[in-house]
Amino acid sequence: MKSMNKTLLSAAMAVALTSTAAHADLSNDKVKIGVLADMGGVYADICGKGCVTAVEMAVEDFGGTVLGKPIEVVSADDQNKPDVGSAIVRKWIENEEVDVINGLVASSVTGAVTEVTTNAKKIAMIAASASDAFTTKSCSPYNAHWTYNVTALANGTVKPMVQGGKKKWFFITADYGFGHALEGIATKVIEEEGGEVVGAVRAPLGTTDFSSYILQVQASGAEVVGLANAGADFVNSLKTAAEFGLTDMMDVAGLLVFTPNAQALDPAIAGGMLATTGFYWDRDDESRAWSARFKERHGAIPAMPHAGAYSATMHYLNAVKATGTDDSDTVMKHMKANNPDDFFAKNATLRSDGRMVHDMYLIKIKKGSERTSPDDIFAIQSVIPGNEAFAPILPECDFK
Amino acid sequence: MKISKLYIGLLGVALVAPFVMYPVLLMKILCFALFACAFNLLLGFVGLLSFGHAVFLGTGGYVTGYLMMNTGLTPELGILGGTVAAALLGAIYGKLSVKREGIYFAMVTLALAQLMFFVFLQAPFTGGEDGMQGIPRGYLFGLIDLSDNLNMYYFVLAVFLFGFWLINRTVHSPFGQVLKAIRENEPRATSLGYNVNDYKWVAFIISAALSGLAGSTKTLVFQLASLTDVHWHMSGEVVLMTLLGGMGTIFGPLVGAAAVVGLQNFLSGGELGNYVHIIMGLIFIVCVLAFRGGIVGEIQKIVKRNFG
Repeated sequence: MKSMNKTLLSAAMAVALTSTAAHADLSNDKVKIGVLADMGGVYADICGKGCVTAVEMAVEDFGGTVLGKPIEVVSADDQNKPDVGSAIVRKWIENEEVDVINGLVASSVTGAVTEVTTNAKKIAMIAASASDAFTTKSCSPYNAHWTYNVTALANGTVKPMVQGGKKKWFFITADYGFGHALEGIATKVIEEEGGEVVGAVRAPLGTTDFSSYILQVQASGAEVVGLANAGADFVNSLKTAAEFGLTDMMDVAGLLVFTPNAQALDPAIAGGMLATTGFYWDRDDESRAWSARFKERHGAIPAMPHAGAYSATMHYLNAVKATGTDDSDTVMKHMKANNPDDFFAKNATLRSDGRMVHDMYLIKIKKGSERTSPDDIFAIQSVIPGNEAFAPILPECDFK
Repeated sequence: MKISKLYIGLLGVALVAPFVMYPVLLMKILCFALFACAFNLLLGFVGLLSFGHAVFLGTGGYVTGYLMMNTGLTPELGILGGTVAAALLGAIYGKLSVKREGIYFAMVTLALAQLMFFVFLQAPFTGGEDGMQGIPRGYLFGLIDLSDNLNMYYFVLAVFLFGFWLINRTVHSPFGQVLKAIRENEPRATSLGYNVNDYKWVAFIISAALSGLAGSTKTLVFQLASLTDVHWHMSGEVVLMTLLGGMGTIFGPLVGAAAVVGLQNFLSGGELGNYVHIIMGLIFIVCVLAFRGGIVGEIQKIVKRNFG
């Protein structure tokens, strides 16, 4: 019995010694990142396999290990369904030792997932969702919303157009959380600037035939039609608008334009359109260098969520390294206290409400004649400073 | 005697299962098994192919979710509310649809289910595409904390056993005998003096109520009610589960649900994630072409041939 106790004691001491030696306090002796994205649906080009690639690149650039322990990446397809996404994340956290979630596209999925992560006290790095809910009405101390949000889009694109005299707006809105949020915030901006919203139609996610909606727009007498949708929905609605001659009758404002979608459109349709983005590959040498590496692996230039997913992963891993733990509260505190600074995040800070505020860019989609290569899509018009693009912190979301 | 030993053995497995497997996956299997059993009551024992059964699953889920979020009811009352709502909807839909037979019955149920799908898509309380999120699991009878996965598992198991027992009881009752008679030869059942439509209607209501029970329980497990549960894909999935497991057998739907959910879970993690639907489709084709009795049906045949 006595010798048994002795053995136990020495074993305990040995464990204690090794752990102090490594200065590491990592759960399950590893850091495991779960990337949840849309692998085959309407948002697959925006944050699907590309987001997984971006996170894997970040892990490799970080060296593959942190504090002497391995960094693992797992990924799954959420099919843009909240129930599928939340079930996967629940399984990851409860059963597969995942420490942090990255990716997260459709706002409906992100809403369901952040419920799970918040209950489990795990950090969600939201790289691709647009809704502002994750730092407002469903804010959480474990959310870090990275790339952009609807407020930045509305402030970036809608405001200058209304100020430029386009007062009467009509919306084609994706009929779920993201679209409603985008339409709502854009409406607010329009009304503040003295404009007016004459109507809106809501189309389900993944609509392929937009003709009935376009006919309603034609009858509305609006000066601008705002497309409060994204991904393949944006492409399809804009194509239909062009086919019906709408683009000649009035201005079309794409509120959320990703590079792959703009690339998929005929420049004759999309050329000249203004949009807001959190990242464009051809901004400076730094962004070009990273984008070239990304393109080599992924086969296409990065959209802003890809760059955001990379940047978020790096910031997280740096925080784990600096604090010596993967405890969510400690890591989050460090991430908020230290500003991210890389090819993506310029003049950036992760605020106490979980909003990553950084420079946004007002871009113009180039016309066919202006393009020098198939990847030459946007021309950056101006830089929108972070605090002009994003809304201030709400008192109830101020997590210190 | 043999049968009761089988039941006791299965119950033993169910009791220790959460210590070996991930409890949430097991709960999902149990919820879908109950749904498939309820569906099988109609398809397997009355011969009615409802192609809109997801609407009862979803209605149960949404009503339970609403009650749990807004009224502070305990989970058992929330589930009861969802089940009653599904039963009421089943009473209306059943009354309208049992008058028709075969493909017309299937189409009427599909159309009615799509009507409700649109309601759930547009109604403000459901959250549309976002679904109803963050539904609390609550305290069972105000005492037992269901946010613990093990507690939740045994609660779900109890709900499943109740539903399973009820279906078993129904099938083996005189009422169930009449249902089977209707399945085998409807004009003959009519000529014997049975009001066939009323029997079908009652069976439809029981099936709808138990589907609602499954949906309500599922909502508590995942703390989420979404359009997936009312979508016609779900109606198709339950057909697949029932046929794969063995239509018209007691254990068939249970085996089918476990096979389908287990396969989805297995495939979603791996490289084949994108091909889940294709693989499911192939399995369905093979099942229909090669072994019509389903897994349990074929096993029963083999047992009968060799030992019967």
